[in-house]
Amino acid sequence: MKRIHGCLIHLSLLAFAMILLVPFAPAQESPYFVTYDHYLEEPGNLELEYFSTFGTQRGAGNFIADWTEFEYGATAWWTTELYLDGQSTFHDSTIFTGVRWENRLRLLKTEHVINPVLYLEYEQISEADKIMKEVEGHDVESDHAVPNALARHDLDHELEFKLLLSSTRNGWNFAFNPLATKNLTGGHPWEFGYAIGTSRPLALKASAQPCNLCRENFIAGVEMYGGLGDRYSVGLADTSHYLAPVIAWNLPSDWTLRLSPGFGLNDNSHRFLLRWGLSREFSGFGERMARLLGGHE
Amino acid sequence: MTRISSMGIAVAVSVLLISIVAIAQQDQSPWLTNSVYGELAKAPKKAAARRNPLEADPEAAAAGAKLFAQHCAQCHGETAEGGKKGPSLRAPEVQQVAPGAIFWILTNGVVRRGMPVWSRLPDAQRWQLVSYIKSLGPGA
Repeated sequence: MKRIHGCLIHLSLLAFAMILLVPFAPAQESPYFVTYDHYLEEPGNLELEYFSTFGTQRGAGNFIADWTEFEYGATAWWTTELYLDGQSTFHDSTIFTGVRWENRLRLLKTEHVINPVLYLEYEQISEADKIMKEVEGHDVESDHAVPNALARHDLDHELEFKLLLSSTRNGWNFAFNPLATKNLTGGHPWEFGYAIGTSRPLALKASAQPCNLCRENFIAGVEMYGGLGDRYSVGLADTSHYLAPVIAWNLPSDWTLRLSPGFGLNDNSHRFLLRWGLSREFSGFGERMARLLGGHE
Repeated sequence: MTRISSMGIAVAVSVLLISIVAIAQQDQSPWLTNSVYGELAKAPKKAAARRNPLEADPEAAAAGAKLFAQHCAQCHGETAEGGKKGPSLRAPEVQQVAPGAIFWILTNGVVRRGMPVWSRLPDAQRWQLVSYIKSLGPGA
């Protein structure tokens, strides 16, 4: 455990040292928490994101699950991302719950009516993970009622595949993400899930003057996500589903704030989730990193 | 212990991969060659023929300048004179091309050459960017 903390501290120090060296870049981020559109990180930029989810829990303490994302635009068609997850359960404990490594690959060179992006993720997380970045298989609220002391020892190695389908027309974005996951430990079946979302800026034209509260800086929408069972029992039953309005505020000062109250749609779901997030994009991170490591300029 | 070492490996591999990619990126400077402007010629005729609906909007260029500073300047330079990653937008190849062709490039990007798609910006904002780029003129 000491090695985990040491590793995280070193990684965090490296990230923050690099961040101090690079200029900020104003972002135009989507408001979704679970759904992905087809837009990738700009090449060479690093986006540092912190998210938190408060969830109500029947049969155990409510919880706050947090995760940090390091999202890097490797190329204009490839974004790679590292997640560090943790959670605090009321009347229980605060624990680190795992890491995820995500990759998104744009499949088509130009824009089309529907734009596909391939999503590949490797997760090494414990059963105590509660960030709910996706709902899959037969995920239900009671899964999160297990005490941390027990759940943290049940470690999953999981591969996750998503097809991100997204379209933007007249300012509206529509995105649909079917997903399939395979837990590599212990002969688990393939599990399935979905996320769907739509969003739009509150104003389509930009104002000529710099401003924080201009309507074009706000993007609002709604997303819905849930499980679709596993290979032996595909369907909407015996799993959980959520509906969540979402809003993002893209500040000219380079910060993006996101907020989303989420509501469980059936008895298997948490009744209420409150998500919020804060992110900042740093331009030229790749160049600085390459210079630091002796690459060409 | 297995859990600890696996996590360490996952983190190390991620950081290493990102570093390698970052270094590899430094050799990608296709924007510095003239051929990059050839991308403008790939705009379909119908797209290139589109007129800028904000042509008569006196504030379009100013709003475009603001958007340019936010989204484009990091690659194309603060005054669009060109940078390490993006070509000059003051070049005759850009200034003489139809506004619709610039709009098409903004919408579709040049993904294989490192320019992202900007369709995430609404149409009106992309036309505002076109107004700003066109207002620069060569060497202005």
